Amino acid sequence: MKIDNYNKMKPIISLSPHVHGGDSVSKNMYGVCIALVPALLASLWFFGLGAAIVLATSVVSCVFFEWAITKFLLKRPACTICDGSAILTGLLLGFNLPSNLPIWLIIVGALVAIGIGKMTFGGLGQNPFNPALVGRVFLLISFPVQMTTWADNLHDSIDGVSGATPLSLMQKAILEKDASVLNDLPSSLEMLFGQTEGSLGEVSALLLLLGCAYMLWRKIITWHIPVSILGTVAIFSGIMHIVNPIYAMPHVVLMSGGLILGACFMATDYVTSPMTGKGQLIYGVCIGLLTVIIRNWGAYPEGMSFAILIMNAFTPLINTYCKPERFGEVFRKEEKK
Amino acid sequence: MKKLNSTWYNMALVLTGIAVVAGAALGYVNSITAPTIEALKVQQEKEAEQQVLNGQEGTAIKITDPKGFGGALTVMVGLAQDGTILGYKVLESSETPGLGAKAQDWFQKGQKGDIIGKQAGNLTVSKDGGEVDAITASTITSRAFLRCINEAYKTLSESSDAQSGASPQAGKPNNNI
Amino acid sequence: MNNMKVLLNGIIKENPTFVLLLGMCPTLGTTSSAINGLSMGLATTAVLIFSNLIISLIKNLIPDKVRIPSFIVVIASLVTILQMLIKAYAPEVDKSLGLFIPLIVVNCIILGRAEAFAAKNGVVSSICDGIGMGIGFTLALTLLGAVRELLGTGKVFNATLFPENYGALVFVLAPGAFIALGYLIAIFNKIKKA
Repeated sequence: MKIDNYNKMKPIISLSPHVHGGDSVSKNMYGVCIALVPALLASLWFFGLGAAIVLATSVVSCVFFEWAITKFLLKRPACTICDGSAILTGLLLGFNLPSNLPIWLIIVGALVAIGIGKMTFGGLGQNPFNPALVGRVFLLISFPVQMTTWADNLHDSIDGVSGATPLSLMQKAILEKDASVLNDLPSSLEMLFGQTEGSLGEVSALLLLLGCAYMLWRKIITWHIPVSILGTVAIFSGIMHIVNPIYAMPHVVLMSGGLILGACFMATDYVTSPMTGKGQLIYGVCIGLLTVIIRNWGAYPEGMSFAILIMNAFTPLINTYCKPERFGEVFRKEEKK
Repeated sequence: MKKLNSTWYNMALVLTGIAVVAGAALGYVNSITAPTIEALKVQQEKEAEQQVLNGQEGTAIKITDPKGFGGALTVMVGLAQDGTILGYKVLESSETPGLGAKAQDWFQKGQKGDIIGKQAGNLTVSKDGGEVDAITASTITSRAFLRCINEAYKTLSESSDAQSGASPQAGKPNNNI
Repeated sequence: MNNMKVLLNGIIKENPTFVLLLGMCPTLGTTSSAINGLSMGLATTAVLIFSNLIISLIKNLIPDKVRIPSFIVVIASLVTILQMLIKAYAPEVDKSLGLFIPLIVVNCIILGRAEAFAAKNGVVSSICDGIGMGIGFTLALTLLGAVRELLGTGKVFNATLFPENYGALVFVLAPGAFIALGYLIAIFNKIKKA
């Protein structure tokens, strides 16, 4: 009996040499960066030089602040800029900004993201909130004028909606209780491929989903968070639309704003999301609900970043109730049966 | 001196004593300050009226809109008999500092959202197809503000209808809360 | 403990805001500008000194079991008197602090000092404690207000240091209060340790 059980124990603890699994922080971080490449190219295509400047400034200043804070404030010997996490934060921050944002504001955003969002708490792995989102929300609240002034999309085929993003149109429809405002929305095909105005990373839903598929294939993330967020938003906004047509159609809600970017790339951040599948589902459903609630009845047209940050704060609580099974626990349960 | 014991008798006596002394002190201070506070309030309203009328003939009307960005927004509006805006003053607001709180200056003469001299009644922000520039990034505040102005005009025309065309006395406040 | 020591104790070693973390509600709520922080600090100091004075005077008259209600009645009366005086003679202060003046009643510093110090010590050292704690609270609030006003609007005490357009609005709003307070506490701890 005992020998049987011994053989069933899968993770055998043997003497060295061990085979390394190949997983590392930097490998995962660069994997996410690769997944962002299609959307990055799209943003360069749609916003041109502006997008390149925003992304470059954001990445360079994030890496610089990470290096400077580690070296001069924390005085740690090891340098952490090579693990790719600062580059990823920079990329994601850039994706959340409008392409015509003044450069000094991008640098402020990077300082807040890395300084306040990450290094204050002790660096990678200890930050309770997604650093890129901390930077974005800080900028959004602090400089609402610059953060909501969108540059013209270079390849914009729609006339007359300049300056009005799909999100602000949706909010207007609810405020004025007039469903006809929604007729001004770009067609869903355009939104899928990227003919809308907004932040850099909001442009093309399809390419973001492509990146997400890549991450799923490489097992960088699991399906729980993106699927639960997108599913909840689709169902909730679908119900709202059926009850009252002033609320936009669910597929438009899904493709507008930073929803897909947030669901696939921001909410799935390892450090700030729950550890178990069950916990991730709770987390995702709550983000979806909060996003729709904030979008429909909140003061800001976009609720994704706020929803993710709010649920980031709940992650430790979710982890307490959905603990990952301890090493060997599965085996012990079987034995009890 | 030894501390008093916590007997029922002591506790009741001490609490009553403290309450009586405190009550007397409060009553005394109130009797001194109440007239000053009242006078100050009257004076402030008077100053606001003079300010919004800008030395011209008209009616000062106080309007509160419950749906500002941070809460209720109270504006005193000076209107000429025909509904031309003479001036305004934001009396109470809980708008965001740096954004909606700019309303006090934003719509004044020579500023970006200048409404002085315009006809009240149907003013809307440019985002809603009107001719008034909203405060940057504070459309909700601007809408609430313009609702106050339009509501003031409504009150004015209703009150002059009620008096069968008789014009309200110039400069006389018509406080409508 | 001599009185000078009691006085200094409140300013640095047991600073009510940075060390004891008492009275967070007015600390976070009123410090949107340096002048607001200063006036709130001074208003609290006034109440603190008088409540310490009165409570240390009558401490032996108050039976133990009803000490908290008695303290609260004394403090609440003082705050109401202060509020009426401010309304009558300093309407500008009343306008900017408004709701937060009556809330001084529930400021933990005042009840905390009444319970922890004034109820056990003599009149003179209780007044010193009130002054020390009051100054500590006022300095902390003024500093926090100045930092928030500077970062949020580019001004300190209405003196412009850089153009308002470069100010990060979040510091004037509630979240900025938490961020600024957190960093000030960190810096205060660092300095205290050194």
